[in-house]
Amino acid sequence: MANASAYRGTGFDFSNYARNSFLEKKGVPLPKATSTGTTIVGCIFKDGVVLGADTRATEGDIVADKNCEKIHYITENIRCCGAGTAADTEFTTAMISSNMELHSLSTGRIPRVVTAMTMLKQYLFRYQGHVGAALVLGGVDSTGSHLFTIAPHGSADKLPYVTMGSGSLAAMAVFESGWKPNMDRQEALNLVVAAVSAGIFNDLGSGSNVDTCVITKDHTEMLRNYRKPNERVQKENTYKFRRGTTAWTKEKIRELVVDETVVPLPHPVSAGGDAMDTS
Amino acid sequence: MQRQFNPYTENGGTILAIAGADFAVIAGDTRQTEGFNIQTRYAPKVFRLTDKAVLAVNGFAADGNMFVKKVKQRLEWYRHAHAKDMPLRAIARLIQTMLYAQRFFPYYVYNILGGIEDDGSGAVYSFDPVGSYERETCRAAGAAQQLVQPFLDNQIYFKNQVPPPGVAGGHPTHLPLDRVLSIVTDSFTSATERHIEVGDGLELYVVLAKGRSPQGLEGLRAAHVREVTGHTDGERVFVINQELKKD
Repeated sequence: MANASAYRGTGFDFSNYARNSFLEKKGVPLPKATSTGTTIVGCIFKDGVVLGADTRATEGDIVADKNCEKIHYITENIRCCGAGTAADTEFTTAMISSNMELHSLSTGRIPRVVTAMTMLKQYLFRYQGHVGAALVLGGVDSTGSHLFTIAPHGSADKLPYVTMGSGSLAAMAVFESGWKPNMDRQEALNLVVAAVSAGIFNDLGSGSNVDTCVITKDHTEMLRNYRKPNERVQKENTYKFRRGTTAWTKEKIRELVVDETVVPLPHPVSAGGDAMDTS
Repeated sequence: MQRQFNPYTENGGTILAIAGADFAVIAGDTRQTEGFNIQTRYAPKVFRLTDKAVLAVNGFAADGNMFVKKVKQRLEWYRHAHAKDMPLRAIARLIQTMLYAQRFFPYYVYNILGGIEDDGSGAVYSFDPVGSYERETCRAAGAAQQLVQPFLDNQIYFKNQVPPPGVAGGHPTHLPLDRVLSIVTDSFTSATERHIEVGDGLELYVVLAKGRSPQGLEGLRAAHVREVTGHTDGERVFVINQELKKD
């Protein structure tokens, strides 16, 4: 019979919850998760959708990653930008991507954006905002171009231009002044770059490069590091240390080549019937 | 449950100062922040007090500006009373008493004072918000102190570095001006890379002892050097402005 304690249900493991809240009361705080204090945007144009994101990941006021990827793959015709807790955006999009692949395999059709949106929002709602993923979902399917935002609590909005993350206000200011319906590909791309750049330069949580992704009816183009406006200048000095800079307390040299003489023991004469029959 | 007015904010940025044998370098970035916002890309944190004293302030910007204003006022009164500039060590002690006077409602500010002593040596004094102070060779303070100070300990004090064999006297106690300036620049470009509150611009003051040639200042690349000395025939003060990344 299966041991009851060996059984683990699916989904998250809450077994450390009581211990952690006890620790928190004692003054031991939980480790802070890497937040992609971010600028992510999306914009519909004549033939499809353009998504955009910055590439800075932060841990509090320290830059954790200067060139991370925030535009995640869902399916060939659907992509999703993630802001919020980095691990949550990565795992949710990966899980939904996996389920979307299975879904399209079982239906034999190119999957729809609304399907991904519904799966994402139902998943996020189930966790009541504790899965900290703020998403911009965009794609093109048989019903046309679609663009959504999904907030961590599970509410979704369908709009022609959207922004999310800590740089969302800076980016939305650009959209509100520059967006017009039925833009061509290059116009939309330029507007998205301008919106993400506004976040990069005016929001401390956003920075480094601009990633974009253009999705049209029969083609998806991921433009990684489409703009790099923040390259580091060359350092004035080289900081190479002389060999022997580090102090040491003792030195021990071990002989790695070992001489070994093997002396074969005289063959034991079998005494009695205990010896194994090897014939 | 009770709510209370909080009179303080933290405005980010970083300052640093390094003393040479006959000069001092005092620097700070020019970004002023609140939360995830940039309030301005140019707010000076380093101020010339006299021809031989430069003060850098970091922390709560409003307190910092007010504190500098009051120190300058006290130095002017000293000039009227004694017909000379206050010596650097005396300014350091003045700053201590001014900070401790606010012991129970402190100026939320870290001060670093740099300049030239009466004996012509370069000096750096660093303070905590309530007036504890110490003379040092180098000091970093502010948002990126945790990033910059270990770098300075290694490169200025040669901490964790065994001196090369056969060199008499081991490591030097003071570095030449061009080396100090390059270390300061690299400190700020590196802090800009990894700290979100550091960036936009670098403002750097150089104080040269009386009679010292400005050797070491010419070799600056892409920098804007300006002399701001008050009286000829004494110490000289220069300001250098450099660009930092703006993201």
